[in-house]
This record gives sequence, structure tokens and C-alpha cells, in this order.
Amino acid sequence: MKFGVCVFPGSNCDYDTYYVIRDVLERDVRFVYHNETNIKDIDILILPGGFSFGDYVRPGLLASKTALMDAVIDFAQKGGIVLGICNGFQILTEAGLLPGALLPNINGRFICKDVYLRIETNSRILTNKLKKGEVLRLPIAHHDGRYYVDEKTLKEMEDNEQIIFRYADKEGNTDSRSNPNGSVSNIAGICNKEGNVFGMMPHPERASEDVLGNHDGLMLWYSLIS
Amino acid sequence: MVDVWERHGLTKEEYETIIKNLGREPNEVELGLLGALWSEHCSYKSSKNVLKLFPTKGERVIQGPGENAGVIKLDDNVWIAFKIESHNHPSYIEPFHGAATGVGGIIRDILSMGARPIALMDSLRFGFPIDEETKRILKGVVSGISFYGNSIGVPTVGGETIFEECYRTNPLVNAFCLGIMPAGRMYRSRATREGQLLFLIGSSTGRDGIHGAVMASAEFGEDEEEKRSNVQIGDPFFGKKLIEAVLEAIEKNIPVGIQDLGAGGLGGASAELASKSGMGVEIYLDKVPLREEGMTPYEILLSESQERMLIVIEEEKVEEMVNIAKDHHLDYGIVGKVKGDGMFTAFFKGKKVADIPVDLIVNKAPVYDRPEKKPAYIEVIEREEFAETDIDVEDAIKRLLSSPNIASKEIIFSQYDFQVGTNTVIKPGADATLLRIKWAEKPEISSEKGIAISSEGNGRFVYMDPYEGGKYVIAEACRNVACVGATPVAITDCLNFGNPERPEIMYQLKRAVEGMAEACKILGIPVVSGNVSLYNETVEDKEIRNIFPTPIVVCVGITEDTVNIVDHVFKKPAHIYLMGDLKKPLSLAGSEFQKLIFKRIGGKLPTIDLEKEKKLIEILVSLIRKGLVISAHDISTGGLIISLLEGIFPTDLGLDIEIYTDESLQTFLFSENPTRVIVSVEEEKAEEFKGIIEESGLEWMLIGKTVEGDDSIKIYLNDESILTLKKGELKEIWENSLKILAGYT
Repeated sequence: MKFGVCVFPGSNCDYDTYYVIRDVLERDVRFVYHNETNIKDIDILILPGGFSFGDYVRPGLLASKTALMDAVIDFAQKGGIVLGICNGFQILTEAGLLPGALLPNINGRFICKDVYLRIETNSRILTNKLKKGEVLRLPIAHHDGRYYVDEKTLKEMEDNEQIIFRYADKEGNTDSRSNPNGSVSNIAGICNKEGNVFGMMPHPERASEDVLGNHDGLMLWYSLIS
Repeated sequence: MVDVWERHGLTKEEYETIIKNLGREPNEVELGLLGALWSEHCSYKSSKNVLKLFPTKGERVIQGPGENAGVIKLDDNVWIAFKIESHNHPSYIEPFHGAATGVGGIIRDILSMGARPIALMDSLRFGFPIDEETKRILKGVVSGISFYGNSIGVPTVGGETIFEECYRTNPLVNAFCLGIMPAGRMYRSRATREGQLLFLIGSSTGRDGIHGAVMASAEFGEDEEEKRSNVQIGDPFFGKKLIEAVLEAIEKNIPVGIQDLGAGGLGGASAELASKSGMGVEIYLDKVPLREEGMTPYEILLSESQERMLIVIEEEKVEEMVNIAKDHHLDYGIVGKVKGDGMFTAFFKGKKVADIPVDLIVNKAPVYDRPEKKPAYIEVIEREEFAETDIDVEDAIKRLLSSPNIASKEIIFSQYDFQVGTNTVIKPGADATLLRIKWAEKPEISSEKGIAISSEGNGRFVYMDPYEGGKYVIAEACRNVACVGATPVAITDCLNFGNPERPEIMYQLKRAVEGMAEACKILGIPVVSGNVSLYNETVEDKEIRNIFPTPIVVCVGITEDTVNIVDHVFKKPAHIYLMGDLKKPLSLAGSEFQKLIFKRIGGKLPTIDLEKEKKLIEILVSLIRKGLVISAHDISTGGLIISLLEGIFPTDLGLDIEIYTDESLQTFLFSENPTRVIVSVEEEKAEEFKGIIEESGLEWMLIGKTVEGDDSIKIYLNDESILTLKKGELKEIWENSLKILAGYT
């Protein structure tokens, strides 16, 4: 099994993600650059966080127009597993691989802090090692993380178990106080209908080692590679 | 009619010196260059003699002051580059872009040493955040740092923010950056022989930031609005690409030397590089990639457009360098050549537009030994008297917790990405931040060690007593890194003072540095880099306003590993001890309590016993390594009670404070006497702990315990219960005060 970590100009969680895969999970991994088109050797693609193309125009927009993203779309359509984290999530919605959009946080500020996430389903490969209703603590760090989707699509996503995580409190209650950025229905992470493309705003790669005081992200990686 | 020299920030005498050296009048381009490089910001003409007092050598020091940043040895594999620098004036004129480019500039200083930048911190000083202007500046500065630092992917891991009326018209923004490099791979601002080329890489050059160095070295009048075009505009996307491009060039062994473009732009960078190399340079202004039409040679040479680096390369490396620039979508040009004649020559459209000796530009600026005079206020303040107040202790604690100097700064640091890079082991909010050393792209270079960093600079104490206050600043920064278990090893400093042409300011500067240098010598801590920001004075309604003399330092410390470390948070039921220099009478002089309750400060600052401080640091570090203490927290702003509360707030524990003293309770709780730390110790280890303290010549005092099951805070005085406080209520005040005061929604 081989991971690919996509690097666009301005990606800045690329090394962190690469490090967790290589040194913590001890899996094969390589960087995949924005101008590459051949990704046949890759089994799981990660679009890491950062500010691809400086967030010019709109976060994720310019990255979604690169040669690599054409290859990623093709890869996803053939059933390849793709996970977009933070800016990677923004790129995936801009590329049309995931429904909805990520808007500026409701308070207009960048937010860096730990949040609690409730697992909404474990029928998808990102969370199959976790229990439904379980709560994880993961860090967020974004300026544009307010997930928006129209009501009709939201209903379809719920029916189809496409909502993976919701922002919650420590006990797993989801309400406006546990919603850090104003996301619709406290949504923090989703997948596509087919269940092979995932997007999440929190950063599991920042919570995968004891030395950093948090390993809650590990179960997501373990789910992915199981 | 303004004289020609005055437009360039020079005095008549300085202008005459230039003519004498040159044998003719300088032309406009030459004068622009001289004005920039002879400014205080670049030449240190008023501070050079004072800065000589700092110790700069030590067994770990690889590179001391004089280069783009200082470098010390972590171990056999890794070296550390770091520096702090001011961006005060631009941040007042244009808070967002001023602060953002401050961050960009300090990152490039670290990069130019050949290091990968891995951490940022910012030391901020504002007026009291109640007037609209201060709120605007605060929000602008914080969002500027957030915008730039987050995007460029270097975590902002700490710093401090202090609010005092004296900074209202002159906020301070000091940015610090730290980077790591493989041992032995340091770059400097150097060319090694004639014929090497100057390769400019990064953003294109525009008209922004012309005259930045001159502006940074002048006091503010009431016309600062007009100076807005002096402020540079930063683009972190280009900054990020520049980091990766320069590191790629280094990995491919291309550069001979590296110099970033800062004050004085291309002219300043190339002249300094030539001077340090003992060479001359020829600059081809037509080769500079421009973003604006019709720029004059003067503008091209002196523009302070951001995100640009000058790389010295051999001619055969041009193609490789061009490929790197193209790969990273960066602008570039071969803008100069190293010459052997010691001259700075610039050409534009076939004409020679500047031709002056490098030595004149860089080394001939006068060095002033400015007169000094003890300011009258010092003795007045010393004699101030304060009666015991009858203020209720609970009320005083709540007022302290709501002071923006004590209240949680989460609203500020949560706007910074403090985790990108995944090295942040102890996060902002502790006495010091701790970083682990991991190098994803160079796994062969690793270290078990950790790097602790803490910034400090209590201007209030330095104002009251510059010499003693200077010692306090160094001692506290070192004590802070010791509180996480790190041995302090080196310091970088930024001296923020008023107009040195005023003898009273010169006195503050000289005495403060004397105190700092004394502390550095006794504690064995070299100063390896730094910066001076003078002329921090403003005129408001014809009245001269000065900031507190504010030296800001960052202490870098080293831990043996990232396991045997602690922070300030109480972990479990344990005994709490005060340790350090406990024999000195407690004083409220200059404390936050005095400021808040009496609305004035005064009295004699207690002298600090630096030998005891040294002992405290050494013993504390060894106690943490041995696992004998499970939390440690310095006593500083707000005194003992605030340190205790900061340790208990993040927990589910309660606190019993048991005080036995003949002194007044107020003094005991709120004194900010230095050289004191609170630690928590498990009961079964208490005897060993106390034995070590006693043997060291320090003192200890049991002051209470943390308890499970009840989260109230109880205070007992001489065995009598005097107060029970609700933790939740206090915590809420502490968490929300700054947010409310500054008007964050």
C-alpha cells in the first residue's frame, strides 16, 4: 500500500503528513507534485493542509485547476481513496469531488485550537476502527472552515451516511457552543456518495504522537490502512 | 525648504563628513543609500558603544552579533539560528501590513543563515485596549501576524502582549524567528572572490517601502499619516516559495553566500555583503525584475519590496539557479557582480548612477557617545509612598484577573497557527514553549533534545530602575525556560527606547544594557543577535510622549529530551512549594497590584541576587530532570496568587493555600519579587526535594496543596480560614476579560 501526499505551491502541512505516514505508521509514501499527472503507483492520496497558491481568489480554487487535480479526479472516479485535510478539503470541494463549500469562519478570524468531534458513522473507511458516537479531540487551524451545503443536499448526505464528523463538546453533544466556525449542522468532515473521497477540517496529522500530547488522530489513519 | 541631508535623515555634520570622504557632493542615488545605511536602524551609531557591553561568546556560540542572525550549537548534528527584530514604526502606521512584514523580514534573516525557520514569536506592546485606536492597532497587528505567519507555514508558538498607556501612540511589535540547520552548514553574507555573481530571487520590485530605514530611525510627528507609503506590503505565498527555493539551492550546494533584502533594499544588502567580504560590487539596475513602470534608479536601489533574497553564486551555477527560480514561480535576475576594487558602483541604462566606496557607506557612519543624564523622575518614583489599602482580597484578585496584562491571551494566540510543523510540545500559555527537533526531509539529522524559548521585557521595571530592571528582564527570560526544564543557553535582544539624543533616554539605554550585561555575565548567557529600535517617541498635542524603556529578550534553552519536562499546570494532588530567594523582604514596587489599585507605581525595586538566580535555574532544571517536581511556574505579573491560579485553571483540581507570614497578606499574595518559582511535588518525594533545596543554599516554603473532588480555592492565613473562592467564577473572568475589553466578538 502506497500513500501519496500532494504538494501544491503554498502547501504547508505536507511534511507533517508525510512524517506521520512514514515515521509513525511506517508506510510507504511519496510526495506528488502539482504538475504531476502519473499517479498510478499511489493507493491512497492525501491532500494536506496549507495555503495552496496563497489562498488567492478563494482557498483551494487555484489548486483545483492544476494538472495534478485532473489526475486526482480521474483517480477518484476510478474508486481511489482520497483524503483532503483542511486546505485539502477546500480543494476537493472546489474540484467538485465533494459537495458543499467552505466559507470564512463566522467570527471572521483564523482559529487554532483543539475541538471535539463526534463520530457520526463508522460504516465508512475513514472511521471503521471507531464507534459511532465516540468523541475524538483534534486540532483545527483555519480561517475558512465554515462548511456550507444547501438543505436538500444535506438531507441526502445524512440519509447516505456522508457526514463523518460533527463538532461536539467533550460529552458528544452538538450545539452552537461547540461549533467553532459556524458550519452547517456542526459538520467537520464528510465523504462523497461512493465513500472513497473524504474531506475534514481538523488535522489528524497533528494528533498522532504522544510527544505532542494527543494521539486521537491515529485511529483515523489505522482505519484508512486497515 | 528642507536641506538635502535632512531629507535623508542625516545631520549637517554627517553630510559634511560624506563630502570630505568622497571629495565631492554625493548624487541623489548615493545620498539615498548613505541615508539608509547611516540610519540608526542600520549603523547603530548611537548604540554601538553600549552594545559592546554584552557578552557574546560562549562554548555553544557559532555566530555572534553582526550577521543576519546568531547561531548556536544544539548538538553534533544540529545548529540553531535565531534573532528578534523590531517592526514598531511600520506597525503603528499600518498595523496589518507593518506586523505582517515584520514576520516576513525576520523569517528571511533566519533563512539567509541557511536554516529552515521552524518557530516564530511576537512580543507586542499596546496602549490600554479601551480606546478605539488601540483596539484597531491591536486587531490589525494580530491579524497581520496571523495572516503572514499562518500562510507561510511557520508556527507562531508564543510571545507576550503587554498593555500600558505609554505605548498608546507608539506600539511595539518585535518579531522573533528560530530555525535549524545541519551542523556545519551555515551561510553568511559573503562573497569569496572577484567575479562571483549576485542573483536576486523572490518577488519583483515595486515602489513600496522606500525610506523604511530612515523612517524607523526618526521620531513620529503628527504627520505619520503621510508616511503610509513607506510601509512595505508582504505576500506570504512568495515568502513560502522563497523559503523552499533557497533551501533547495542550499541542498544543491549552489550558494557561496546569502543576504536577505531588508532595510535599504538591494542597495543596503549588496553594500553590506560587499563590506563583509572586503570587496566591491557592481549593480545592474536594469536587471532587477520590476512590478511597476518608470521606476527610477533611486527607487530600484532602495525599494524595500518584500520576499527578496540575494544569493552569491559562481557563474557556472546560473543555469541551475534559474531553474530553481522558475520551478518555484519566482522572479529573478543577475543583478550584480563582485569586484575587487572596494567600490559600490551602480549602472542604469548604460549610465553610472552611483560610484562610492563601500567602506564609506557601511563603516564610516559616525559612532556617537551621546551624553547621558539621570532622569529626575527616577528619584521621585523611588520616594513614592503607599499606605496599606483596605481593599478586599477577593476583589483585588478579580481586578487582577481582569487586567489585560494578566487575563488569558487565548484570543490572541488562537489566531496563530502554533502547531504547523508538528514540533510544538509545550504550547503557548506556559512559561516557555518547547519544540522537539524533527526534520522530515532530512531524517538523518535528528536530535533527542528539545528547544525551549521564552520572550520577556517588563518595561515598567526598567522605567523605575533601568539598571535593576535590565537585570530582571534577563533573569526572568532565563527563569522561564528553566520552568519547563531547559537550561538557558543564549539570548537575542531588541532594545526599544526613545530618542537617544535626549540625555535622559541615553541614561535609560546605557543603564539598562549595563544591568542586562551584568545578568548575562553572571548567568553565563551570551547575547548572539539582536536589534535596536530607538526614537520611540511621539508628539501629541505638542507634548513629547515616551515609551517605557523596553528591552525585549528571547532566551533559548535546551532540554536533554522531550519527556522529562513540565509546564505550569498542576497535574494531580500534590504539595505546592515556593522556592528560590525567599529571604528578601517582599515588595509591591512596580507590581500590577500597585498599578491597578493605586493607579500609580513607585517605591524602590528590590535588588536581584543574580547568584541565587543562577542557582535557582540550575536546581530547578535538575529537579525537573529527576522527576521531583511535576509542575513549575515563575512568579511574575500579579504575584504568587496569579501564578497559582494560572496553574489550577486548566485542571479539575481545587487549591488550598496555607500561608504563614507576619507580612501583610496583600504583599504576600501580590508581590512580584524576582527569583521565585512555585512547584508542585508529590508527597512521597517532598523530603528529597527539600533536602536538595537546602543543600543548594536556596529557600523553600510550603504554601499549600492541590486537592481532588472540590474545585474551590481556599486561603488560610496562620491556620485561620479567611477566604473561599469559586474557581469557575475566577476562571471565567480570566478567560474573557481581554476578549471583552478589546471588543472581540
